[in-house]
Amino acid sequence: MEKRVTFGRWTIGILFAVPQLFLIFTFFYWPAGQAVYWSLTLQQPWGGGNIWVGLDNFRSILANADYWNSITASMIFAGISTGLAMVIALVLAALTDRQLAGSWLYRVVLIWPYGIAAPALALAFRFILAPEAGFMAVVNKFWPGLWDPGLDGADAMASIIIAFSWKYVGYNFIFFLAAFQAIPRSLIEAAAMDGSGVIRRFWDIQFPLITPTIFFLLVINITESFQDSFGIVDIMTAGGPANATNLMVYKIYSDGFKGLDYSGAAAQSIILMLLIVALTIVQFRFIERRVHYR
Amino acid sequence: MTIIKRGFAALAAGALSTALAVPAFAEPVKFDFWFGLSGDLARVVDTLCKNFNESQKDYEVVCTSQGNYDATLQNTIAAFRAGKQPTVVQVYDVGTATMMLSGAYKPADKLMEENGYKIDYSDYFPGIARYYATSKGEMLSFPFNSSTALMYWNKDAFAKIGKTEAPKTWEDVGADLKALKDAGYECPMAINISANESWQLMEQFSALHNQPVATKNNGYDGLDARLEVNKTKFVQYVTDLKKWYDAGLIKIKSKDLGQDMVQAFATGTCQVILTSVGDHGTVGRTQKEGMNWDVAELPVYAGTERKNSLVGGASLWVLSGKSDAEYKGAAAFLNFIHDPKTALFWSTNTGYIPVTKSGFDFMKSNGFYDKAPYKGREVAIESLTASEPTEITRGVRLGNFTQIRAEFGTQMQAIFANKVSVQEGLDTLVKNGDAILERFQQTYPGKTLP
Repeated sequence: MEKRVTFGRWTIGILFAVPQLFLIFTFFYWPAGQAVYWSLTLQQPWGGGNIWVGLDNFRSILANADYWNSITASMIFAGISTGLAMVIALVLAALTDRQLAGSWLYRVVLIWPYGIAAPALALAFRFILAPEAGFMAVVNKFWPGLWDPGLDGADAMASIIIAFSWKYVGYNFIFFLAAFQAIPRSLIEAAAMDGSGVIRRFWDIQFPLITPTIFFLLVINITESFQDSFGIVDIMTAGGPANATNLMVYKIYSDGFKGLDYSGAAAQSIILMLLIVALTIVQFRFIERRVHYR
Repeated sequence: MTIIKRGFAALAAGALSTALAVPAFAEPVKFDFWFGLSGDLARVVDTLCKNFNESQKDYEVVCTSQGNYDATLQNTIAAFRAGKQPTVVQVYDVGTATMMLSGAYKPADKLMEENGYKIDYSDYFPGIARYYATSKGEMLSFPFNSSTALMYWNKDAFAKIGKTEAPKTWEDVGADLKALKDAGYECPMAINISANESWQLMEQFSALHNQPVATKNNGYDGLDARLEVNKTKFVQYVTDLKKWYDAGLIKIKSKDLGQDMVQAFATGTCQVILTSVGDHGTVGRTQKEGMNWDVAELPVYAGTERKNSLVGGASLWVLSGKSDAEYKGAAAFLNFIHDPKTALFWSTNTGYIPVTKSGFDFMKSNGFYDKAPYKGREVAIESLTASEPTEITRGVRLGNFTQIRAEFGTQMQAIFANKVSVQEGLDTLVKNGDAILERFQQTYPGKTLP
């Protein structure tokens, strides 16, 4: 017999929920609703009035080659930077977990990058990757013209991917290390006594046991790569050269705030929101099946 | 009882006398001024505000930097929508069309008239006044910080190739750059090709050659103006720039790459740059020891009848929805800025040029342009006043021009990266720019530019 604690009257339950509902409404549904409304109108920036245009904003955005280019760039950015950030963090965490000499130091140091604000780290990377002044100047000395993020779109994309991955390696590392440390030592020791090597133990024991963490980080990394990339793009490339790094979130900013096209920017944010929702659903639907929860 | 009564009477009398005394020690009327300059320039604006506040007792201006021009406009719009707008705001040149259609301002000429200030609008340099005036010539805002583009050239480098004067035509520039390269200079000329350089490369070039940027007299005559830079002399200019870039005569310098073009010029790395007279001070302060350099008007193609160059910078707008007292203060503030003595202070401490003839004359009579650090800045005035402004060289008045400039940067980058040909790139610029203009026109149905 299950014992259930219930409120005598349903109104009390509602009353307890009201503050929470109020907060969600004020800070999520109301602005989101406003964005939907703006996306269906043409807004005059100074508030002088607006005209209802239905789905025209969406039509003109989806008919624009630059917008599709922006979606492609965002997908490439999300795919590569998530992959890099997760693989590197996984390897580092696995090594740190093995209690190699100095691992206590890595444990502390590797977390720092996540604590740095995106614009600050973008400034640092802008210097490091500058073809004429920074570290890459040395590379360009031996192979002139090899590295030119000012004109070569692929180089510019690589720059922002490196900066973003660097930041998220720190974030992912924390979670991976925690997951590794939650695995009972006895399991690994038993496997070791059975004669399996480090790599074998990793693939057969540790990796399956941390799949919930991997899945969690995958969802977070992809979502963040769509949203948290703004500061890095703004400082490092401003969307250039020739729109090569004009990610969706940056395009929303430049169209909306610089171009004062509030309606077009609102429509773009609705599309971005739907895209992230769709990606997350896909991940839960198809990838989560392979996750083993304990 | 009577003591208490008397006490009350005394208190009342005291209160009355304080009440009567209030007007004599009246708090000055405070009003806000938002501006978009930062760093050194922001400190100069702060001093300007302090000078105004100390010059009289009735008003107090509170000056707040918003970081940059874009942010100033964005923040002002947000504040206006919330009913918390500043009284005076600095809006950059390309924001003029947006402001004119906003319905959120109080016309500057009316404001001055209502408050009893007589401003002689013909005293403004025509090239500056026309940029901000309506098509009928009314001044809706006050020109504030103004500049124009100049060519900076390294005299030492040019001496090596036997030249003592700056090239006057683009044909000469081509030959000189080649000679500089042959004389061993790695970077004869530096340019950048981001949105910002639309100003000197496209807008100034078009004005000097009396070529339109857009139809309808560059947008002054209607919101249905569309770009046409893909069929003017500008095409030849971009073709030449690209040719020189491919031949190694021009290098691209930007902050992202490690060194912007002003730094590249000041350190002697690059020998020619095209930039604002506003950088005159920066080059002077940061130049390599002993380097000889000068400024000249931007070159034109041979056989061109040179027209006036365009003003760049920002103007001061007074926003609607404020009290009469605040408007009085704003008028006094604008009058203060209009004063020739303020012009001298402003131009000495920044690289900006005076906006009125009387300001310019006052500075000249003070010997401002004779001395070393400021010598050369009069070239900017010569360039701005090279001719009476034509219908096309008044300026560029297009909606969402910031986005069109961004599109300029994008297409120039595509051209210089060999992704598209010069003509293809400029055609795309026109196509995408027209889409922006069309959208702007749709946003303001039935409205016309004043």
